[in-house]
Amino acid sequence: MLFKSHGGVHPNDKKAPANEAVITTIPQPPEVVIPMSQHIGAPCTPLVAVGDEVKLGQKIGEAKAPVSAPIHASVSGKVTAIAPHLNNLGNMVTSVVIENDFKDTPAETMVPATEEDLQSPEKIADIVREAGIVGMGGATFPTAFKITSGWGKVDTVLINGAECEPYITSDHRTMLEHPDELLKGIQLLMKACKVDKAYFGIELNKKFAIDLLNFKGAKEMGIEIVPLKCQYPQGAEKTLIKTITGREVPPGGLPANVGCTVFNTFTAYSVYRACYEGWPAIERVVTVSGSAIADPKNVKVRVGTSMQWVFEQTGGFAKEPWKIIMGGPMMGMAQYDLEVPCGKGTASLLAFSDDEDRTVADPVCIRCGQCIDGCPMNLQPIYMYMYQQKGDVEMLQKLNITDCVECGSCSYICPGRLHLTHAFKTGKAMVQAHMAELKAKAEAEKAKTEAEAPKAEAPKAEAPKAEAKPEAPKAEAAKAEAKPAAPAKEEKKEDK
Amino acid sequence: MNEERKLIVSSSPHIRTPRGTQQIMLDVIIALLPALVAAVIFFGVKPLIVTCVSVVSCVVFEFAYRKLLKKNDSYMDLSAVVTGMLLAYCLPYTFPWWAVIIGAFFSIVLVKQLFGGIGKNIWNPALAGRAFLLVSYAVLMTTWSDGPDAATFATPLASLHAGALAPDGLWNMFIGNIGGSFGEVSALALLIGGAWLVYRKVISLRIPVAYIGTVAVLTLIFSRGNNHIMWMLQNLLSGGLLLGAIFMATDYCTSPVTPNGQLIFGVGCGLLTVLIRYFGGYPEGVSFAILIMNCCTWLIDQHTAPRRFGVTKGKKKEEAKG
Repeated sequence: MLFKSHGGVHPNDKKAPANEAVITTIPQPPEVVIPMSQHIGAPCTPLVAVGDEVKLGQKIGEAKAPVSAPIHASVSGKVTAIAPHLNNLGNMVTSVVIENDFKDTPAETMVPATEEDLQSPEKIADIVREAGIVGMGGATFPTAFKITSGWGKVDTVLINGAECEPYITSDHRTMLEHPDELLKGIQLLMKACKVDKAYFGIELNKKFAIDLLNFKGAKEMGIEIVPLKCQYPQGAEKTLIKTITGREVPPGGLPANVGCTVFNTFTAYSVYRACYEGWPAIERVVTVSGSAIADPKNVKVRVGTSMQWVFEQTGGFAKEPWKIIMGGPMMGMAQYDLEVPCGKGTASLLAFSDDEDRTVADPVCIRCGQCIDGCPMNLQPIYMYMYQQKGDVEMLQKLNITDCVECGSCSYICPGRLHLTHAFKTGKAMVQAHMAELKAKAEAEKAKTEAEAPKAEAPKAEAPKAEAKPEAPKAEAAKAEAKPAAPAKEEKKEDK
Repeated sequence: MNEERKLIVSSSPHIRTPRGTQQIMLDVIIALLPALVAAVIFFGVKPLIVTCVSVVSCVVFEFAYRKLLKKNDSYMDLSAVVTGMLLAYCLPYTFPWWAVIIGAFFSIVLVKQLFGGIGKNIWNPALAGRAFLLVSYAVLMTTWSDGPDAATFATPLASLHAGALAPDGLWNMFIGNIGGSFGEVSALALLIGGAWLVYRKVISLRIPVAYIGTVAVLTLIFSRGNNHIMWMLQNLLSGGLLLGAIFMATDYCTSPVTPNGQLIFGVGCGLLTVLIRYFGGYPEGVSFAILIMNCCTWLIDQHTAPRRFGVTKGKKKEEAKG
């Protein structure tokens, strides 16, 4: 059974250098910098103060909001500073700096859950939340919230093992080296989601992993391994759901709208570690690769380790890099400071020294239409780009720019080397700003008319004249309000 | 610890396909070569000279125009070479060199660069250049041979236009041993080129198949004479149909970009080609058919947007009702 998704591109997967490299451990850094926000949602508040002694796995950041995840110490030692530090998104984020005592004294909380606890979905969700587990593929959405918000809606659990981004092999190595743990983690996720069927989508360039997981009895556990055609972005959430189940998540909707929920491979493995070993999310397997890297590897990295340390401990650069990327080459973030710490969702560190991005001085569209063929969301990048350059927000909305998942396929395939994805990121921001403006305008108009209402009533003779004027803008505002309201209604319908 | 390093920070994606505009154009040039080889086999060295003159003048005009207007150089993308080859291919091998240069000027400067260069022109430059030469030098454009029988030399298309099957055998028409514009005659060579383009994914089959299919169906239904199949096959193999369907109608810049739009475009080209061949004053309808459809490209694109992900047709109707 072979599944292919619509659209997509076929970049050289470049996985060969790191594919055979067994996951190794690198020496711990003398100091870790742990950002208090490593997830989508509210940042955490530090639970420790400067000078405190912390143990390995001790909770140091408390998550108060429902969409959030607590943060744990990734080494034992002493807190030397709590200050803003540059993170992978280029923001300054409050971070806890811990001086490593190299003892790895475990915290009392690091104990495996009892078999009894692991029978209850609520308990598993609790453990997952307390372990600070987030979507490890890079999106870093809090996993516990994903589980609990899906109750009653989700009938299928999908595990994303596509690893469709070139270079990255960390999930592949995890599948090969920890198959039993991984399958147990998936079983836990199924139980937590109150579902007894899971699909594990794996791209065909990981044939050994597919065979191994089947051999380990995935089928008997209710986990169906689904071989996927190698094609980017096979592992994009909506694309994966479409290829495996045939369901399409509606625009602006969530996977739960079509009864699905998707977890990354490493998330499932982390769930296993949290439940059976008591380990919170403080370690991630990271692929270090790229043309500038002397010796591509897969290494276990503690959260908060600087990129500089990881590069140094893995053999450093063979050639002078001009670009460092945290994450995959298609959606990862380019970094300018190697002091940025690795986080929970860091699947790879790449360093480029060749002409990978093939930028040209004057990009020209030749109207080849390959961006349309390559778009997994059925958009028309060629026209979206045109209107984005003109700043025509209304046409951008008409072309559904907000459906764009920023996968980068259009930019990748463009022979004219246009910066399409970049234009759509700014285009989406333009649309958002426009919507906010309209909303503010409408509200101001509403407040104005409400304030004027008693005045207009008093002098009755003047009423028709006075009313005629605010009428027109009111109608416009009403129209503007009706537009954004429509998709919201849609979502609600699906929810029910 | 933190050494001084010059790192580039840019938006993702950080890798791009090795295949740029230049590589694509190179593939088109390679695909056009078999037809040139066939022309040299059947007509001697003259087609080669016409092609060289056309290519060189196209590149020179492209270079000079952009230099004069202080725009960035674009001749390295090789699109002018493709235009030059295509323009030459729809000329008779007897065509004088000075007229070729005039055609190249019209194609590159007036049709392509004045609209903004590659990716922005409305009409296919080579076809527009050919149309210009056809109305300007009608006699030169229909002098198919420089031999002693020049006056009586008829192309298969002329016979078809008169309503009779061509005397040339099907095999001759297939390999290109017939009269006509030198790049158009060999169906075999053009099909080899087309196969290369499809194999290299430079073009999809949508436009050529829709185009040729439409012509085939229409000529089969409305065939003249008793041998319907023969009439259809001769129509397919004569004139510029294959060159047009494979190389001209698929021109990126002047054809729709949406999959459904490309099908509509192909069918439209086929329909117009047959109409002009049957009822027009000229025996050939391909170039005008494509030029007319070029005008509709924007309109077709606007109305053939791909289905929005997550919204099916049935659902849309439901929403409209609710």
